[in-house]
Amino acid sequence: MEEILSQVKKIAEQAEVFHVSSRRTPVHFEANRLKQIQSKESTNTALRLIKDGKVGFSQASGFIEPGELVNMALETCQFGMPAKFVFPSAMSYPQIDVFDSQVDEVTIDDMVELGEQLIAVVKQHTPDILCEASVTKGSISVNLINSKGGEVSYNKSFFDLSLEGVLIQGDDMLFVGESQISCRPISDFKMVAEEVISQLELARKKASIPTEPMPVIFTPQGVASALIAPLVLAFNGKMVLDGVSPLRNKQGEQVFDKKFSLWDDATLPYQIASCPCDDEGVPSQQTPLIDCGTVSRFLYDLQTAALANTHSTGSGSRRGGLPAPSSSSLIVGEGDVSFEDMVKDMKRGLIVDQLMGAEQGNLLNGDFSGNVLLGYRVEGSEIVGRVKDTMVSGNVYQILKQLSAVGQDAKWVGGFLRTPHLYCPSLSVATKVG
Amino acid sequence: MRDELASALREHGADYVEIRLEENYLTRIVYRGERLEDISKSSSLGGNVRALVKGGWGFASFNHVGRLRDRVELAVKQARLVGKGDSKFSPVDPVVDVVDAEIKKDPTTVPLASKKRLFDEYNDIVLSTPRIQTSSIGYHDSQRKVTFANSEGTYVEQNKVDLSLRLAAIATEDGQVQQVGLSLGSQGNFSDIEDLQDQVREMAQRAVKLLSAPQARGGEYTVILDPVLAGVFAHEAFGHLSESDFVYENKRLQDIMVLGRRFGGDYLNIVDGAAVPGLRGSYKYDDEGVPSTKTYLIREGVLESRLHSRETAAKMEEMPTGNARALNYLFPPIVRMTNTFIEPGSMSFEDMANDIKEGIYAKDWYGGTTSLEMFTFSAAEAYMIRNGKVAELLRPVVLSGNVFATLANIDAIGNDLGMNQGGGCGKGGQSPLPVSNGSPHIRIRCCLVGGG
Repeated sequence: MEEILSQVKKIAEQAEVFHVSSRRTPVHFEANRLKQIQSKESTNTALRLIKDGKVGFSQASGFIEPGELVNMALETCQFGMPAKFVFPSAMSYPQIDVFDSQVDEVTIDDMVELGEQLIAVVKQHTPDILCEASVTKGSISVNLINSKGGEVSYNKSFFDLSLEGVLIQGDDMLFVGESQISCRPISDFKMVAEEVISQLELARKKASIPTEPMPVIFTPQGVASALIAPLVLAFNGKMVLDGVSPLRNKQGEQVFDKKFSLWDDATLPYQIASCPCDDEGVPSQQTPLIDCGTVSRFLYDLQTAALANTHSTGSGSRRGGLPAPSSSSLIVGEGDVSFEDMVKDMKRGLIVDQLMGAEQGNLLNGDFSGNVLLGYRVEGSEIVGRVKDTMVSGNVYQILKQLSAVGQDAKWVGGFLRTPHLYCPSLSVATKVG
Repeated sequence: MRDELASALREHGADYVEIRLEENYLTRIVYRGERLEDISKSSSLGGNVRALVKGGWGFASFNHVGRLRDRVELAVKQARLVGKGDSKFSPVDPVVDVVDAEIKKDPTTVPLASKKRLFDEYNDIVLSTPRIQTSSIGYHDSQRKVTFANSEGTYVEQNKVDLSLRLAAIATEDGQVQQVGLSLGSQGNFSDIEDLQDQVREMAQRAVKLLSAPQARGGEYTVILDPVLAGVFAHEAFGHLSESDFVYENKRLQDIMVLGRRFGGDYLNIVDGAAVPGLRGSYKYDDEGVPSTKTYLIREGVLESRLHSRETAAKMEEMPTGNARALNYLFPPIVRMTNTFIEPGSMSFEDMANDIKEGIYAKDWYGGTTSLEMFTFSAAEAYMIRNGKVAELLRPVVLSGNVFATLANIDAIGNDLGMNQGGGCGKGGQSPLPVSNGSPHIRIRCCLVGGG
């Protein structure tokens, strides 16, 4: 890294070298049985330079001559965007625990046993189910240096347990699933097992549902699959800068229900989306996005923040390219109503646990429309069975403007979102009659 | 290289071992509105070893390409921990071959300045359209060399050049945002994305028109799909069900997908094949070194065959079809589609629309996904059909349904096959894999449409 930086310093005004190496060991189960053990090692070096005021970028997975990496970046930089920012100089970073050396000490035998136990418990409940499961351990090591003297490095460990089950009866298929991810080892399969078994219980009976508007409860997983993607876009500083975020000129305005708060938090200990700094070396922080219904802040990286005359929120993330604004852990504030009371209150309606295809609609506008992959009908304040062949459509901004209730028990979904149940008064539901 | 791989593969102690090495060079250009936001080059050098012992698999991927012998030992050791039964793996004749990329106008040799000039022109067309708020352009081209060798003596070097271009126009008014996109791709011909000025203009104008378009009322309709969307339907709704890794360990799914079962009318033929030349999913050998084929999934309405890797073919006692593909060296190959299409019939669009009193004409796509039984896909462009004629423009619609019921409800197939090269398929965390989809216009009775 130092070798690359010293080469670039001679020819460019500013430069930054970012290096990540990772090791992952996934253990895969297929059709209820152990199927494959993998070991994955990778290294990636990225170079960002600023020459004649313009940004050049190159990166390499695996070996590359430093001079070659520099030449590739130089070739692109004559066409690159004008740099409006300076790289951060040396500074102190918050202490955020994202590494646990015990992850690496978990043996493959332990991982195999964990997966086998999980599958056994689910199969004991529903003998005909076919499960795919995976248990993964791993760690990444991140290093960043820049020509302003900025320098940071950290290690992150992770452990992931997930299960997807399919139950087929005739031409009917039921999909259930749950996952858990942490920076610390997971030794107990119970949380995943209990969620999957609860889905199987609720889906045991089938129920039909009419085509009409009705109240809908989104479970935490339902919130993740239907409502979050449009918000992630709308709070992205780039969308705001481009003038395509529906919230671009709504800062300080009450746009959402007062019961609804949302923030981005990269500082939570042992969460997979946490880290001491973002991929540009800006310290991690907690950023309020929606504060009791009022639009608060947007997420920025260095360049977008500079273009928008504001500060980076430490949200510069590299997904295989130049840094761009991206959310870390999203947290929806808890309310004060239990799930049971929501069901009691709605009398009749729909519970959406998983919506398929919701992210294909006009996300920028907040529109979503998807097939209810897993959802239940409520009748007489009771959950009466699983619905199928049903589509739910709506607009995220309309739904979140007026919520009947926000749940009191928030839950992590996939390690990137923590949310309670959300209960909305009316949504369009369409079903197949023929 | 061949000798090096051969020596790493000697005396491995497994039922089967393969090594795949890869070199990849990629250029990426991204515009957001007027800003050329990302122009970058990257290289990738890596590989993997996969080993089979008593039915269990070990897999090791790496960036440091040395020490191949150690990697083989690691993969074999892992496979040994897994394997408790018998290895089933279809026999395939070993091949030794070097396959050059089929190139007409090599995108990797087109200078960055020329690429930028072309995209600037497209971008100007979009941005100069009244009421357009912004645009986006994403382009990449890649040059990839994959070297494959296995313990049975196969040694194949394949060179591939791929490109994709996605353009979008975004219109806004009174807090409303509407967007229209255009996706293109090609195996090795930059000319395929040149001279698109008229299409780009039409795209931008349509985004503006959507601002005042109504939303479809949710419910069941007779729907006509254009070749692009019908191709997505063939891929999402039926193609994924034909991937045998979903089926081979699943007795109940085997009962549903039993060969010989009738799924549609006599006029319905659905094909997948990497051996169909010149498309984005075309290749000579798959990532297990198996020669590509052209496979009839449905012939004359009846399930005829499915897509296989060597393992799924052996377990189901069917022939391998050369459909084991890996996104790159970080992943083991899994069963994937290549070029998937509904074969053309004889009906004209006018005849198809003629007896529809109130229906929907759905065109183009945003995306699509499937849970095997249920599918959902979104049309980027939709119109009402009234009394046999295409009528007013609608906001984008989402179509959804049960695969089996929907296939049976296809009651007309057009005469105008078109292939869409802009797609990328995702499965098992491996996305986007270059594929193509296609179809003529098709008509579906009683299709569920999500609405406002």
